Amino acid sequence: MAVMGNAHVTLVTVTVNGKPRTVMADNRLSLLDLLRERLGLTGTKKGCDHGQCGACTVLADGRRVNACLALAVACDGASVQTVEGLAGPDGLHPLQQAFLRHDAFQCGYCTPGQLCSAVGMLTEPGPSAVTADLTADPPLTPGEIRERMSGNLCRCGAYVNIVAAISSEAAPASEVAGPQATISGGDTAPYPPARHTEAGAWAPGSGAAVS
Amino acid sequence: MRPFSYARAGSPADAVGQFRAGAAYLAGGTNLVDLMRLGVTAPDHVIDVTRAVSREIAKRESGGLTIGAGVRNSDLASHPLVRERYPMLARALLSGASGQVRNAATVGGNLLQRTRCPYFQDVALPCNKRSPGSGCAAMAPGADTAHLAVLGHSPFCAATHPSDMAVALTALNARVCVASPAGGGSGTANTGGIRVIEMPGLHRLPGGMPEQDTTLRPGELITEVKLPPPPGGRQAYRKVRERASFAFALVSVGALLDVGPDGRVRDCRIALGGVAHVPWRAHAAERVVLGAVPSAEVFAAAARAELRYARPLPGNEYKVTLARNLITAVLGELMP
Repeated sequence: MAVMGNAHVTLVTVTVNGKPRTVMADNRLSLLDLLRERLGLTGTKKGCDHGQCGACTVLADGRRVNACLALAVACDGASVQTVEGLAGPDGLHPLQQAFLRHDAFQCGYCTPGQLCSAVGMLTEPGPSAVTADLTADPPLTPGEIRERMSGNLCRCGAYVNIVAAISSEAAPASEVAGPQATISGGDTAPYPPARHTEAGAWAPGSGAAVS
Repeated sequence: MRPFSYARAGSPADAVGQFRAGAAYLAGGTNLVDLMRLGVTAPDHVIDVTRAVSREIAKRESGGLTIGAGVRNSDLASHPLVRERYPMLARALLSGASGQVRNAATVGGNLLQRTRCPYFQDVALPCNKRSPGSGCAAMAPGADTAHLAVLGHSPFCAATHPSDMAVALTALNARVCVASPAGGGSGTANTGGIRVIEMPGLHRLPGGMPEQDTTLRPGELITEVKLPPPPGGRQAYRKVRERASFAFALVSVGALLDVGPDGRVRDCRIALGGVAHVPWRAHAAERVVLGAVPSAEVFAAAARAELRYARPLPGNEYKVTLARNLITAVLGELMP
């Protein structure tokens, strides 16, 4: 709602990772700056601030969006999940575990966006630009995952392991092993099923998953 | 960013009633928020219309579809009837932007997105579209014209319309319904305060007024898009870009080909993206194909007919060849 006496400021309530948060927001505030600068949730990263890199990806009402392109005031009443909200009481989100297992990052700056984007992507129905048959829901081959994740850039170039990590959570190994639909412009070979190792076996500072 | 007041509208009438000079409608925000951040546009009042227009996709009695202006690009692309009956539209939507952007971007906003001409987006340089009368940096010697128009441009502006969806809607003869502040007007057609515009009539060539992207009058709001019943024949959308995903079209083609039992083409629609200030309906090419026995030669002749009047800028000559080859190839793929 608008604040009396100053038409450029609005009282905004956004539910962030399950908790309602209310702030007096300048109407120019982006959802990204609301999270980082007002709520101290710096897991969501600012990369390009133009919707091109995906580092700021969060889930708004369950859908992945670029937080830099959303005005906080327009998100009043929305429910937002950030990378800080992915892990549950039993530990890291399965995708976070998969990223560790597959060493799916180098510097890690794009990782929160990659994770939120992948969580959202795995719930999105329908075909992509590389799906041959528009009427079918295609299996998530590496070609499909690359296309669906094209809104997330990784300047380190960790794409190969990012695709492997997402593949390992996209479908159980038994399904991935079956024959795949022909995907135009993408490779059809399924990724080898991930070796499920113990979660959390990550040595800080080593920069690599230890199994 | 310039300070602005913000209000939500609950209906089209509420939205157009709130409109005043200096105001802007906000839907998904994927283009407007960025342009405000760049300083390209600076409204002092933002009217959030995401709750003012429909987010439904409804089947019409005629067999067509009514698509609310607030429908997200991703929801339209994944709708079963769009995937099955309007594959050109589904393909066009899926080839545009990224998953994140498609989740936020709306049908109305997609149609009204601004050009990605590098000179329009750079406030340090002259641009007749951004700042009327300041000149066109794209016409200067050595300018980067690779993404600019080859058809229908003027000495004042060679910007292209960036939408993929609009190209498919043009080939599919979609109609755009618009609510006007005055409750109508002397538009293309009037039905109870809602103006109906047939694509590609929503957009206009730049001429001497490139600041005007569309034929909408101030304060008019797109409320829905109507698709006619699915046409016969086969459809395709093919987009050529500089990388495999998440890039604007250099040239794109939306096409439909329907060959009758006598072996002659009874319906052919071709629309081009990335080549003009509007989604470009290729009527000259269609005329060559209609009634003909389809063949590679006919398709090549059609493509030549359309591009005969292309006037490339120094540096974007490649687009003429590309458009010609793309039309020929896509029609070839649609041969029964």
